[in-house]
Parts: sequence; C-alpha cells; structure tokens
Amino acid sequence: MPKAFTPKVVTANHLLAGDVIYQTADGWTRKLEEAEVLTDEADADLRLIEASQQVDEVVGAYLADVAVEDGVPVPTHFRETFRATGPSNYAHGKQVELS
Amino acid sequence: MYSYSEFDTAFLAERNRQFRQQVERRVSGALTEDEFKPLRLMNGLYLQLHAYMLRVAIPYGTLNSAKMRTLAEIAERWDKGYGHFTTRQNIQYNWPELKDVPDMLDALAEVGMHAIQTSGNTIRNVTADHFAGAAADEIADPRPVAELMRQWSTDHPEFQFMPRKFKIAITGSPNDRAVTKAHDIGIRMVERDGARGYEIIVGGGLGRTPMIGKVINDFLPEADLLPYLEAIVSVWNQIGRRDNKYKARIKITVHEHGIDEIRRLVDERFEETRKTFSGVDVQMLREIEEHFAAPAFITKSEAPFKDAYHNDPVFRSWADTNLTAHKADGYKIVSISLKKHGDTPGDATADQMRLMADLAEEFAHDELRISHEQNVILPHVHVSDLPAIHARLKEAGLATANIGLISDIIACPGMDYCALATARSIPIAQEIATAFDDLKREHEIGALKIKISGCINACGHHHVGHIGILGLDRAGVENYQITLGGDHTEQAKVGDRVGPGFSADDVVPAVERIVDTYLDLRTDETEEFIDTYRRTGLAPFKAALYPETKVAAE
Repeated sequence: MPKAFTPKVVTANHLLAGDVIYQTADGWTRKLEEAEVLTDEADADLRLIEASQQVDEVVGAYLADVAVEDGVPVPTHFRETFRATGPSNYAHGKQVELS
Repeated sequence: MYSYSEFDTAFLAERNRQFRQQVERRVSGALTEDEFKPLRLMNGLYLQLHAYMLRVAIPYGTLNSAKMRTLAEIAERWDKGYGHFTTRQNIQYNWPELKDVPDMLDALAEVGMHAIQTSGNTIRNVTADHFAGAAADEIADPRPVAELMRQWSTDHPEFQFMPRKFKIAITGSPNDRAVTKAHDIGIRMVERDGARGYEIIVGGGLGRTPMIGKVINDFLPEADLLPYLEAIVSVWNQIGRRDNKYKARIKITVHEHGIDEIRRLVDERFEETRKTFSGVDVQMLREIEEHFAAPAFITKSEAPFKDAYHNDPVFRSWADTNLTAHKADGYKIVSISLKKHGDTPGDATADQMRLMADLAEEFAHDELRISHEQNVILPHVHVSDLPAIHARLKEAGLATANIGLISDIIACPGMDYCALATARSIPIAQEIATAFDDLKREHEIGALKIKISGCINACGHHHVGHIGILGLDRAGVENYQITLGGDHTEQAKVGDRVGPGFSADDVVPAVERIVDTYLDLRTDETEEFIDTYRRTGLAPFKAALYPETKVAAE
C-alpha cells in the first residue's frame, strides 16, 4: 500500500541572498509559519514544479515534511528545524535577524 | 612568502572578470542553476543550509599580516564579522550574498589570494605542516615545493574534470603534522646519502571508506617531483572509477588494483611525462625558494620571558601548553588557540584576525600560519616578546591554554551550516570543552585529540582522532558513533569503533567515561591517552561504555 501523504511545504534557497525561503499561496516568505501547507499530493507536486520554474529567483526547491500545530507548520525533522531557525552553536544568521 | 608574478596577477584578474560575468548571467536568469553550479564551484562558492559559503584557499596555510587583514575586512564588509578556519587550511565565509562574491574575489586578488580549486573535481589547496620553516625537527621547509605544486595544479588543463577531488599534503619533518597518510597524495621530504628527495604516499583518505596511504616511491629524486605527480594523477584520471562517486577517489583505485600495479602504471606513464618537463620546474623551484628565505633571526635578552614565566602562573600555563620548539635559538613557535571553551572551533572574528595580523607584523617577522587543527600560528617569535603577545591575546579572548588538550577539538561545521551534514558537530565540541573546563581537568588529562565530523565525509578527521566522533541521522534523531585509537601522525591509524552510537545528550558522559577509564589505566601521568590505548586495546574502554554488555557476557 502506498504510504499516506503527509503535510508538506515547498522550500528552497533564495538565489541572491542564499537564505531559506518557503512558498506561500502567492509568493515566498522567510518564515516557516507563513508557508502554505500542502495536504494533497497532486497539489504539492504541482506547486513544486511551479517553484522549480522560478529559476531567476529560487535555487533547489523541494518538498519538506511539516506537522501542523496550532494552525501553523512546524518541522518534523531536525534538519528542517535548523533551516528554519539558523545555526545552533550561537544565535546568529539571517533567520535570527528576522525574528 | 611567495609574491605573485605578473603572470599570476593577470591570470587571477581574468578569472575574476569571467566569474563576475557568470554571476551577472545567473542573476539575470540567462544561466540556470544547473549551468551555473559547476562554474561557481570552480571558484569556491557553495550553497549551504542557510546561505552561500565562499571557501578561500590559504595555500599551505601561510599568511602575512596584509592577507590576514584582508580576510578580516571581507568578514566585516560582506559577511557577518567572522570567518571559519578549516581542516584544509582554508577560510570559509558562511554568509555572503551572490552579488557580492565577485567583489570579495577582487579584494582577495589585491593581496594575492583566491578561491580557485577550493571545490570541484580538481586538485585542491595543497596543505603543509603548519610549523613549516620554523620547526626544530624539520629537514627542509616544504612550502616552496607546495607553492610549485600550487602553480602546477592551478588550471592544469588535464586535471579540471577528474573522477573526484584530489588532495595533496606535504611535510618537511619526520614528525608528520600534515596528516600526509590520509591524503590522495602525501609527500614527506627525506634525505638519503646527503641528497634531498621525497617519499611519495598514495591512496590515503578518510570519508566513507577510510584508508591509510601506501608508499608508492620511497625515494623520488627532487628533480622528478612534478612529472611523477603528473603521472600519478594522470593514471588515476584514466582508470579511476567514474560510475560511482563513492568509489571514485584514488584510495579505491589503489585498493582495487593494488599498490604494485598502480606503481607499474605510474612508472610507465612517468617515462612519458618526464620528457615533457625540461628542468624548468626545478629552476622555478629554486626561484620560489628565494621567496621563502628564513627571516633574519635576532639575538636579545630572554629575561622578560623568564620573569613572566616565574611570576605569572597564567602566562606560565599558556607558555607550557601553546609553545613549540623553534629551529632558531631564543625563538618559539606560538599556537594561538581558536578553541576558547564553549566557542566554535576555528572561528575568528574580524577584530581577532586584525589583532593576530598586528602581532605577526610587530613580533613575528610578519608571518602567520593556519593549522589543519583550526588554530592560528605565529611561527617565529623571540621568547622575550611572549609576555607582550600573551597580554594582547588575553584581551582578545585568544589566550586559551589548551593546544593539544581535550578541548582543542577539530569540528567540521556540521548541520549548523553544512548542507551535506547528517548531524551537528560544533555543539558537541562546545559541550565537551565546557564540561572538562568546568572541572579544570584537561591539564591533568594531558595530550588527547578529539575530532568530530557531522557526516561520513569526515571533514572533521574523526577517523584519526584519539577519540573520534561521527554524527549521523538515525531515524530522524542525531546519533554519534565513537571511535578510539585513531592517529593522524606518521604512525597513522584509523580508529576502532567502540560499538552502538550515543544520543546527543549521552556523548559528553560517554567521553567522560572514556577519559576516566584512561586515568584509571595509565601507568603514570607521562603515559598519554593514545599510548594507554595502544597498550590496553579497546576492551576496557568498551566495558566502561557498555557495562550492560559486560553483565550480559558474564
């Protein structure tokens, strides 16, 4: 039996700044909590294709697993946690500057 | 120190001009990422977890104050005010923006530096003993030979698209501080019957399949070096595997064909390459050697050193730990620790870089070195200047007295920065250093090298750490495998895996158990950790780490 589809967001790096971005319904955000959560597999595949075509804006788009807590997406894997929050050796970086 | 010729300067300017145009085309959308990626990698530009990362070569780890000040300026102007020194004697900037990178490269070119071949399937930055030109135990300074190899390998037309990357290290000392046996080619300068030559080691490497290099030629005459290296790389470039990137490095080629067959093929190829070198390479080496003439060492009173050593216990502790014997009377090699307890191993702020540049200029014949152990070296310091140097290092947070001790940890960037990482390594280093500092035990424990990698690629050299730690992703959780008994010196050895991995929370307690076991076992405080381990083997350490296994066995 195929594995059940779990919620995802489209994420990538910004071409110019290189930092982590997430797809929203009509653009991109640097905050995971503002990302569009995709719960339908076909929809997610389509949104990823759309993101990947934006070659002059984003690099390396892919679907990342999330859980939805209190209505907002949160990472399910520690790699995505660090992408969302920045380096853990000490608080610095683009994600910290946002918050 | 080598100064660029007109040819070097013109070549670099042209490369930078090309890359500026490539970046412009990428930004405009004229180049796709697939088209741009190999171009940016040729110029040391990666895209990491949170940002681009620019890796700048510090050839054979040698800098002067002007170069160090430029590295500081770049950190401040285009990055976040710091840089990270790596195990390959490079510096990495973790936060550049794509549009700024051409300006960063131009700033580097002003002081004769670049990021060429710090990535990609090419011959990478040639590394060397960080005490080169200063060490008391040295046969000869390896840096002129390293510079010759840099010139030979840079933009070498035959070696731009090889099966995989290729790393060369050289030492001029019998005490190997350059990890030559864990490089694709390791070179040891040797003497035989009064003649200078090279022992050539091939097929070493860490990563997924760690291998200790094998001697392919135990005495290569000096004049044959470049044609012989070209023969080795050429043979591998032809028969090295391109079907599987994990089997592409020369260590696998040597393993699969056997060292005798590789030697035969290299000798055969060498007959051809030798004819193409007319001796101009040896002539160039002689010219390069002039750039590396030893500074004019001076003689003066050692009284200020003796006074401070006698009266200041903090200075004494630092002097006992961070100084190494120098070839000149009255001189010492100073290792500046970038391992302050709790800080990120290998990181230096722009202000710290400037201070180290100032100290080099004022006290150390304008020379600095970067070690593969991620520290900075002042290679030529008269002992009378040590108290003043120590005082200024202390003000800048750079006077940690821990060189060679348990908190002098090599750690790769790991998942805090690196896109390839499977777990974090820096926080583990921070926790170990802090834990042992809190108990003030590290001087009692003595020489002990911990090396941590955040993935199987082993940038943190974990295989050759006395205690090696490898971070992995086990079912979505960080997990750390420990190896013991690794050795990066001339007695190079890959460490033995102790058993199942530990969670992030359990790593520090595990290291404490290993250290406690060593302290119980050692004959006396002169027996270092690695010697105790060699004497006892893995068993007592395993029993301490996995007591339940011992109970089950009984």
